[in-house]
Amino acid sequence: MSKVEKIKLLKKRYKAERRFKFYGILSVCLAILFLFILIINIFSKGSGAFFKTEILLNIKFDEKKLGLNINSSDKEIQEANFEEILKDALLVLAPKVPELKQAELIDMVSIDAALEVKKFYFYNKGVLNKIAEVPLTLSDDLDQVYKGNFPRDIPEERRRFSDFQLKIFDDQISKNKIVYKFNWSFLTNADSREPELAGVASSLAGSFFTILVCLILSFPIGILAAIYLEEFAPKNKITEIIEVNVNNLAAVPSIVFGLLGLGVFLNYFYLPRSTPLVGGMVLALMTLPRIIIPCRAALKAVPPSIREGALALGASKVQTVMHNVVPLAMPGTLSGTIIGLSQALGETAPLLLIGMIAFINVVPATPIDPSAVLPVQVYLWSESAERGFVEKTSATIIILIFFLIIMNSFAIYLRNKFERKWS
Amino acid sequence: MNLVILFFILFFSLSFFFIGKARVLRLANYNIKNLNSLPEYYGYYLAAWCALPALMILFFWSIFELSIIKIFVLSDFKLDPTIDDNKLNLIFSQIVSIAEKKFSGTIPQNLIPYVEKFIALNKIIELSKFAVLFSAIILSLIFAYRQILKNIKARESVEKIIRGLMFLCATLAIFTTFGIVLSLLFESIKFFTSVSIFDFLTGTNWAPGRAFVRDASVQTANVENVFGAIPLFWGTTFIAAIAMCVAVPVGLFSGIFLAEYSSRKFRKITKPLIEILAGIPTVVYGFFAALTVGPLFRLVGEKFGLEVSSESALAAGVVMGIMIIPYVSSLTDDVINAVPNSLREGSFAIGATKSETIKKVVLPAALPGIVGSILLAISRAIGETMIVVMAAGLAANLTLNPLEASTTITTQIVTILIGDQSFNNPKTQAAFALGITLFFFTLFINVIALSIVKKFREKYE
Repeated sequence: MSKVEKIKLLKKRYKAERRFKFYGILSVCLAILFLFILIINIFSKGSGAFFKTEILLNIKFDEKKLGLNINSSDKEIQEANFEEILKDALLVLAPKVPELKQAELIDMVSIDAALEVKKFYFYNKGVLNKIAEVPLTLSDDLDQVYKGNFPRDIPEERRRFSDFQLKIFDDQISKNKIVYKFNWSFLTNADSREPELAGVASSLAGSFFTILVCLILSFPIGILAAIYLEEFAPKNKITEIIEVNVNNLAAVPSIVFGLLGLGVFLNYFYLPRSTPLVGGMVLALMTLPRIIIPCRAALKAVPPSIREGALALGASKVQTVMHNVVPLAMPGTLSGTIIGLSQALGETAPLLLIGMIAFINVVPATPIDPSAVLPVQVYLWSESAERGFVEKTSATIIILIFFLIIMNSFAIYLRNKFERKWS
Repeated sequence: MNLVILFFILFFSLSFFFIGKARVLRLANYNIKNLNSLPEYYGYYLAAWCALPALMILFFWSIFELSIIKIFVLSDFKLDPTIDDNKLNLIFSQIVSIAEKKFSGTIPQNLIPYVEKFIALNKIIELSKFAVLFSAIILSLIFAYRQILKNIKARESVEKIIRGLMFLCATLAIFTTFGIVLSLLFESIKFFTSVSIFDFLTGTNWAPGRAFVRDASVQTANVENVFGAIPLFWGTTFIAAIAMCVAVPVGLFSGIFLAEYSSRKFRKITKPLIEILAGIPTVVYGFFAALTVGPLFRLVGEKFGLEVSSESALAAGVVMGIMIIPYVSSLTDDVINAVPNSLREGSFAIGATKSETIKKVVLPAALPGIVGSILLAISRAIGETMIVVMAAGLAANLTLNPLEASTTITTQIVTILIGDQSFNNPKTQAAFALGITLFFFTLFINVIALSIVKKFREKYE
């Protein structure tokens, strides 16, 4: 081989070297790019749901039409009909419209608008026989128009709102009667068929109860099992079988645990369907191996000298482990448990199978009330056709990710702050 | 009800902890040296004897309670030869839901006497449960109290109990596996009595919805050829393969880069960032695939004149691949780091460049570990549910075209079991048959992968 050829070969090899390194950088960047696209996509779609549009409507609280007087009891107010004064107030926006268009006018506010008027009156009883400006939730379609999610220029018959509605809407905007504010009702309302009224309160409570049940079951059992396997288990066949089982269960697809819950908890024990109790039990079984494995690692990290010291002072084996080893391993154990629970919080498939997919429009008060959980709410809303639910789904995902970030940062904090480095 | 009982048991054992402790202290004239163990252990001893037998009785009682009631309530129906086991279960669940006032629809009048019988039996059993539990607590307390008056070695007994408890917790893993296998097997066997296992594993037509069309003219013939699972197996493999096409190159190269090229600082930031991808709930990926990636592929496809269905195997596969990247990259990174440096140094010494060293020395040495990590990722892809449910569609196509809709085992399990209240028909049982196939398939892959990774670790660590 001549010198020129050698240099050529060397150049080729260096080129290959650079190419190889470039592929590496490219794939790392690609992976991170995917992450950012995903997050930006969700956030840009979902941030709108935290705000809502309201229309300020001048409503005349007519004594006769309501059938109320100053001394009316709360019960009478509850039973009074506020639809009529609401309709009157809406008709003022466009006087002299034909009958047909009146329905469109009423559709501009949400279905529960009369309830909102009632609530307003409940807290401001002085407005009887006076005209007051009441903020009312706009219908979902106009809300989406205001946020710019619906293009205005497509033909009328392909839109979910008419030119007439749009004209009045623009009219109100120019009069500064449309306000845009933080959407508290998204956090305090339960699920609803109407996107503008739907909220995550029911699924938040459901998730809370489910994770609570999961924590109560999986944390003590997981820690005790880990202590046994790491500190006490004799080296025999049974221990080996347990270890193989734990490792395999950690890799079993989550949906199989759903089938287990359906077959055993629901169909054999007749436990109540769709409840956080059963959901928590299924998730606890699923989380158990994911807690045992990091707990064992944490126990293993405690150096033998600690154990030997305690034993030398005359402590029994159980005392040594309980008083000396476990407290030292606690930060690692806790952070492992929290990470296991955060995985359980995002789990959907097994919960679908035990029926936690029902439409729940009340906030559950106990773990044995039917309820949904956050990820299932995401699934339910993503199947809905209404445009407004896309926004709500993304916002629910943002809330879910928010909780996951809090849990994971807490786990990392515990590990960094309290874990001792044995050298 | 059980919750109240649990609370009582807790309350009793807590108070007996203090009573026991106080009693032995008095016994020893307030001098601990007179006692065999520390006074707390006598308290624990008493508390354990109070709680454990009662809890055990409560546990087994709850398990067998319903089956015993069932036998009594359904004894009349058993005489009727036209009612088989499936119908019996259905009748019983109707009775239970009527008794709990959760029954929707019109209540069948002929069941009302049985509902009354059920409620009466329930009351009797509940009362006797109270009686049995109470007497068990009293008896075991008397025994334990006598024991501590004898100044026994309380610490040893308590430690034995603690060890026993720990062992029980550890065996829960075995029970869970048993529970999974038995519950799946139980329903699958029922399924395979109506559909032959051969048809299930080799049939190419999957249309479980049609299994219900069972009138006189069609006969039961169509139960047999609507449960062919081949399209599902194919869909699962196909989508997993697409996912691996994304995850393996990206994951492998990032793992290599992080382990061999990057600075420590860069690695410290990027590795957790990539691992976030594995921590995001799968339902989020499903939403992303269904609403962003699917329509995007469709749009791009239209530009090139291709017909892309809005729910395509490609969209689901690509998004699943993104999710799996960290499983491949992190394990690859770990495995490459475990390869001893002497191998690299030897290669550098004879003049190889870094990439040549990696390709010719490090990767072959790390190959078993990498193969193991890829296998684990494949099992992950096969068992993944939400992405395919939301983005891959329901049509059981036997197709090679990634742009068409395709369905998987997990999707079908979910669609069959969502909202389907009636339980005893071949359609719902088919879901369990699919479940057991999935379970054993992933188990098989996992066992191989774990043993490969373990062997690799033993070699270098």
